[in-house]
Amino acid sequence: MIPHMRDMSPLLSVSDARLRFGEVTALDGVSLALHPGECLGLVGHNGAGKSTLVNVLNGSLSPHAGRVIADGHAGRWDVTTARALGLRCVFQELSLCPNLTVAENARILHRGHFGPRWRAEARRLAREALDAVFPGHGIDVQAQVASLALAQRQMVEIALAFAEAGRPARLVILDEPTSSLDAGVAGQLLAHIRRFVAGGGTVVLISHILSEVLATATRIVVMKDGRVVADRPADSFTQAGLVAAMGSTARERRRPGRNGLSGPVTPLVVQEMARGLPVRVAAGEVVGLSGLAGHGQTEMLRALHDRLAPGWIAGRRPKVAYVAGDRRHDGILPLWSIRRNLTISALASLARRGLVDERAEAAIAEHWRARIGIRSPDLGLPILSLSGGNQQKVLFARALLAEAPLVLMDDPLRGVDVGTKQEIYDIIRAEAAAGRAFVWYSTEIEEMELCDRVYVFREGAAVAELTGDRISEAAILAASFAGPDTEAAA
Amino acid sequence: MTVLRKPWAWAWIATIVVYAITIAATAGASAAGLAQAAFTFAAFGVIVGLGQMFVITLGPGNVDLSIPATMTLAGTLSLKLMNGADAMVLPGLTLALAIGTGVGLLNYGLIKVLRIPPIIATLALSFIVQSAAIWTNRGLRIKPPESLAAFSTGTLLGIPNLAIIAGLLTVVAWVLLERSIWGRRVTAIGQSLPAARRAGVAVDGVRLSAYVLCAMLAGLCGFLLACFSGGAALNMGAEYLLISIAVVVIGGSSVAGGNSNVPGIWGAALFLFLVVSMLNTYGFGAGPRMILTGIIIIAVILAASLRGRGTEGG
Repeated sequence: MIPHMRDMSPLLSVSDARLRFGEVTALDGVSLALHPGECLGLVGHNGAGKSTLVNVLNGSLSPHAGRVIADGHAGRWDVTTARALGLRCVFQELSLCPNLTVAENARILHRGHFGPRWRAEARRLAREALDAVFPGHGIDVQAQVASLALAQRQMVEIALAFAEAGRPARLVILDEPTSSLDAGVAGQLLAHIRRFVAGGGTVVLISHILSEVLATATRIVVMKDGRVVADRPADSFTQAGLVAAMGSTARERRRPGRNGLSGPVTPLVVQEMARGLPVRVAAGEVVGLSGLAGHGQTEMLRALHDRLAPGWIAGRRPKVAYVAGDRRHDGILPLWSIRRNLTISALASLARRGLVDERAEAAIAEHWRARIGIRSPDLGLPILSLSGGNQQKVLFARALLAEAPLVLMDDPLRGVDVGTKQEIYDIIRAEAAAGRAFVWYSTEIEEMELCDRVYVFREGAAVAELTGDRISEAAILAASFAGPDTEAAA
Repeated sequence: MTVLRKPWAWAWIATIVVYAITIAATAGASAAGLAQAAFTFAAFGVIVGLGQMFVITLGPGNVDLSIPATMTLAGTLSLKLMNGADAMVLPGLTLALAIGTGVGLLNYGLIKVLRIPPIIATLALSFIVQSAAIWTNRGLRIKPPESLAAFSTGTLLGIPNLAIIAGLLTVVAWVLLERSIWGRRVTAIGQSLPAARRAGVAVDGVRLSAYVLCAMLAGLCGFLLACFSGGAALNMGAEYLLISIAVVVIGGSSVAGGNSNVPGIWGAALFLFLVVSMLNTYGFGAGPRMILTGIIIIAVILAASLRGRGTEGG
């Protein structure tokens, strides 16, 4: 870092930004200044507040408290003013229009820049942009985006963000830009970032590959629980130091009596994957799936469920139950009562000669209402009359009520209040002690500490297996963020 | 009133109103005869409507457009097999049901294997089935066996035999939809297919069985209709495409799936017949009659949907 940089006025800064979503505090007083000619590495685990901070910086979200100052002016800050400043964003979820060509996408991203003969101009712009960042890219700018490989789409998006069209790019925010690029292309990008920064531009780089951040960033900000916990020049960090800064230093460990399974246990089920470790689950075990969000945990659970769940004929006893994380899409049956939502997975055992025994159904629904504490005066009320947390409890009870030996949980406790979580933890431990197996994907590291065994996922594969006392925040963080050595092994 | 809150209430109210207006024109002279005719003709609409209801319950996009072709093929082939012989009644009925089963299996096969939307798959298959009927029939008009012809036009204690059959099927359908685990599963799939799959419902098996049941009822309906009208005709199923869907919708079942009811199908089937008789009684010609029929159907659906919105708010 150049010493005089701190003295220059920042391009964009936020001071004491606070933002809450309901009960969840996403930003808890964040101050950050971005100066011309620096590359800021932004790191932190799931839910640390990185994405929220990026959305505040790019004008999509306005903080409930605190100020955003752009170019020294504390005026209105929204997406339009952010674009006017020269701010460009590249997100992990690709935002190109798949049905248009590369050149047409360039036209859309840089609207207002083109004249009547825009097709030729857009082709030239897209070609020059790609040549500048990824020389020898081999991408046809007249090809439809849908026909490109994932990595090529990512390259187009990055190149267009840096493109010189009308207003020059002054601040580029890259959220996991190298996640789908191979090492050579990623190297080209990192080299371009250094050139851009040397020319006075500003970059915010978010990546789970810490070696990349350490090698490219001039300054690194570490976030945790909605706060900035470290903000220092990049050369003062080491990889181990970064991982340590992301985790908590001293925190109370609550580890309820584990089942204490030791040695090799016969697995109930083994899910082999294309790469990485196979996921093994034994009866009575709680197996955690951890790692950064979106690294293949949900896909693994879905694949396992698709394999074990019936397609054509349902047996009397289900082999597997599934607690959905996206309850609106694959959990709730919205037209039904709470009771019918509870019992759908267990109908076969509640039926006599194909007809539902409604008395038995009501009895078992009442039993689980009491056991899991569903707050509703009448289980005949519509499921949508319940709060989100109580709907989630219904889905959880539905899975347990089905009496399947294996329960898959796809981050089901997101957005559930602390009290409810504690109740559900206790039930999971009790059910596991009674012999059921759980596979539990969660983005919260504390929940992993309730598991008997944890697989850490990175880039679609389980890359580490932790058991017993080796399950710790530090170990999970270390495996979630790839370093140079683990990268070589993978 | 709680009855008014039922989704099928409007179909029945409309039926009673139309019936009253019609017999008013003849000063009550035709009351019994009109009711008997209405129940006879409604029976066909009810039989195909019940099958269509289960398919529509499966959720958005699910509909069976092959009902008319299935009816025609089942009617023509079973009459050909029976060839007027009373001894062949049971084989004839079995053939009609087997044709239905085959069409249902093929329908879902196309939907599943080729991943075609049901609306296209069932329509495409209906062309093949209809062509098969044309090819086997070749303009032949074979009379049904005496016993069947007598049965299908006869009555028991003043109630048409066909209405009794349709009534029995209605009770079975009601039990299936409201009380059986199969009905629960169909309704779950109609609300959200991914949610039903994750809840452990064997989605393919349940959907297949609904399509097969629908086509079997179409086969049965074609068989009965051919016997009732004294022989099969190649266009005999044509009007049942609209009727099978209309009785489900007018009956108050949700077109979006997941929320169906059985009583409304009877109300709607009677209503569809009575509207036409009412307009006939008042001397409307064919053109205005069709237009008015359309307008009245839209009005009933509108009334039912406004009611639905009202209770949702309350």
